[in-house]
Amino acid sequence: MRLGMTDLYDLARGCAFLGSGGGGDPHSSLIELEEALGPSGSVELIDVDSLADDAFVAPCGWIGAPTVSAEKLPSGDEAIRGLRKLESIMGRRADAVFPIEIGGSNGLAPMLLAIRAGVPVVDVDGMGRAFPESQMVIFNVAGLKASPAVLTDDKGNCVVIDSADNVTEERIARAVSVVLGASCHLMEYPLTGRQAKTTALRGTLSDALAIGRSIRISRESGKDPFAALFEALRASRQFSSAGVLFDGKIVDLHRETRDGFSLGRATIQAFGGNSRLEIEFKNENLVARVDGMVRAVVPDLITIVDRETAESIVTERLKYGQRVKVVGASAPRALRTPAALAILGPQAFGIQTPYECIELLNHWEGGA
Amino acid sequence: MRLGIDVGGTNTDAVLVSGNSVVACAKRPTTADVSSGIVNAIRGVLDAASVTPSALSRVTLGTTHFANAFVERNDLLEVAVIRLAGHAAEAIPPMSGWPKDLRQSITGVSFQLSGGYEFDGRENTPFDEAAIRNAALSIRAKGIQTVAISCVFAPIRRDMEERAAAIVREEVPGVAVTTSANLGRIGFLERENATIINASLVRIASKIMRSIDAALQALGIVAPCYVTQNDGTVATAQFVTGFPVLTFGSGPTNSMRGAAFLTGLEDAIVMDVGGTTTDIGALVNGFPRESSIAVEIGGIRTNFRMPDILSVGLGGGTRIRLNGTAPAIGPDSVGYRLLEDAYLFGGSTLTASDIAVKAGLASFGDVARVPDLPAGMLDEILRRFRQTFEDGLDRLKTSSADIPVILVGGGSILVPKNLKGALQVVTPEYAAVANAVGAAVAQVGGEVDRIVSYEKDGRDATLRELERVASERAVAAGADPKSIRVVDVDETYLAYMPGTHAQVRVKVVGEL
Repeated sequence: MRLGMTDLYDLARGCAFLGSGGGGDPHSSLIELEEALGPSGSVELIDVDSLADDAFVAPCGWIGAPTVSAEKLPSGDEAIRGLRKLESIMGRRADAVFPIEIGGSNGLAPMLLAIRAGVPVVDVDGMGRAFPESQMVIFNVAGLKASPAVLTDDKGNCVVIDSADNVTEERIARAVSVVLGASCHLMEYPLTGRQAKTTALRGTLSDALAIGRSIRISRESGKDPFAALFEALRASRQFSSAGVLFDGKIVDLHRETRDGFSLGRATIQAFGGNSRLEIEFKNENLVARVDGMVRAVVPDLITIVDRETAESIVTERLKYGQRVKVVGASAPRALRTPAALAILGPQAFGIQTPYECIELLNHWEGGA
Repeated sequence: MRLGIDVGGTNTDAVLVSGNSVVACAKRPTTADVSSGIVNAIRGVLDAASVTPSALSRVTLGTTHFANAFVERNDLLEVAVIRLAGHAAEAIPPMSGWPKDLRQSITGVSFQLSGGYEFDGRENTPFDEAAIRNAALSIRAKGIQTVAISCVFAPIRRDMEERAAAIVREEVPGVAVTTSANLGRIGFLERENATIINASLVRIASKIMRSIDAALQALGIVAPCYVTQNDGTVATAQFVTGFPVLTFGSGPTNSMRGAAFLTGLEDAIVMDVGGTTTDIGALVNGFPRESSIAVEIGGIRTNFRMPDILSVGLGGGTRIRLNGTAPAIGPDSVGYRLLEDAYLFGGSTLTASDIAVKAGLASFGDVARVPDLPAGMLDEILRRFRQTFEDGLDRLKTSSADIPVILVGGGSILVPKNLKGALQVVTPEYAAVANAVGAAVAQVGGEVDRIVSYEKDGRDATLRELERVASERAVAAGADPKSIRVVDVDETYLAYMPGTHAQVRVKVVGEL
């Protein structure tokens, strides 16, 4: 499949939804792609099964603060320099790239790299949503190594990380990214084709594309974007149980910073009733409770969207008075195993609420 | 006595304000040259109040003329862009994402040069004086008269932009230079866009401001002249000549500031009911709450400080169609043809104004000309009007408590006086010239936008320092230091960053 500019806009919309409140604004990435692709260019998206077992596949993404990335825009060379360095370490050229994280603007990260390197993008990712730390990834769950990892910045700096373990890799990468100006490109978890086939979350790019496309088309034709969104989610490969958790207006927002995380709580009041939904977020939305009853827990997706347009709203952009729907969706099955939950479930965020499947919590039919 | 003038698309309004009250007002048609309409309105208001020009202490002008000039591509200049960014943003050249025709007509030449800062104020790459001098020489050779300079993280540190501007002025005699730090906030592309738009407008801005200056002189007015900006504060006429873009959103801001002054309410919802739409905004501390969403001007994303306005499709000229028992309200309007097309005025189109008069909410025109409606229809339409306004009110409110509502604009008769969610509904005297009132009473402001770490000095000391910088800027712009107060502190913790980094904006205002 080849993705043109319209597809990339749809993909960005879908990635924002899968960001579960995290990720950052894809606006500048889209403009960058428009400049690179021109009116008729496209990017090749391939199925993971078309990779040879011994292929070399490179996941990529950006690390830093979205607020900084909005001011210090990319040079356009960060990703390709990172890839070339990784290739020289591995002693071979990469056969394909893919996003380490589908959620938020990182879902678009491999597109420019694919254009520059002349390789296809694989229809997989490592997180199935957005997570705040790079060890919260399926490859870490599967016991694969993050190193060698390569960080590059706009100024020509390139830092290779060869860490003993994957949590240390995250800590080093985070600290170095701040030194380099808080907006860096990161290549990590270099994989073989076989590893990608057995561990990566399959079809998440086409899922995101279908989600974004369905919202756009329904709006263009004057139809209900939510009906289209749920149709796309039900038909998706990884997020098939989904529904509206709540419909109302943001009446309270509380933010604080603890241990270097932006923590917060948003309270949403139902229209014409006293029912309230409370969301705890830490960059991404983590737990949703309706009148004290848990309705969704990380890693299941909790996304706050505009109740008219179905456009996702990231936690940084939440404001009092916004009228929203809170949409929940099941996380990819691979993120719900005990081993995965230990790394990226509620306890990994210091949340005491135990994980329960969103479809059971909400008595949805046809759950996973 | 303060004179406020609002140059709108249709009318030019003038008001005289003394202390806390409006003394007189006048409304005259806007003219193509802008200045003769202003002269007519000023003469009108001075005559109405029987005062001489010497009684005026200051003149403040509100206009969206420059925004219109840009959207209509009127008299725009070719711009040279200098970026101080090292390699940052190289992937996204200036004017990326602009409408093609504008990009072609405005693009003179652009330079990506060494320079810029990081989020914490460190240099990204060093300032390269020779490279800037070379760029300036090539700008001069091309005969380009206006330059936009944008530096990465200029809102945090202005030095590089100022040094570059000085070099360009040295090398290119008579050139106009726009630096991005004066145009606000963090968000490189949006700020650069605003800088380029501004640079393209400096010729028409200087023409218009000169003609206004000449008009004031001809009237014998010697009081200082100010112009209102997007955020409801003023700048000197001379400053606005260099930064016309700062007036782009002043229309709705002035209307809301006028509403606050006329009612004495600092926290309220303002509904400006016009002919086609009702613009609803929230006053917080006497200033419009600002939009958090990037504002597009003529298809270009900018970072202007615009009020958060909800525009709903119901105004005095909105068309009403009767389809059985379910009437269709708008969204189209007869607009300025209300005085010809509405039944009230002898026309044959049913409008929201016809309904309001028929229902006895107001009396103007000839109610006998409005046809009778099927039983229950009038009530149904009024119920729908009410629902539209109550819905809009609820969207703008930030708490479930009731809040005062201030009505301005010609169509305010459409709004029921007992709106659900409203503590009270007030229509102040002079509501029809609220924009000019807002201009007359505008204060002077100062703003700062930084990314800070609370680790070094703690949150309190850091915020106090930012207040000090904002106050310093307000004083530099002419504020009386004793009158300065903080009207907004916007604090956003940076996601995905270790430590306690936050983006903080502080805005202060004071009296001139």
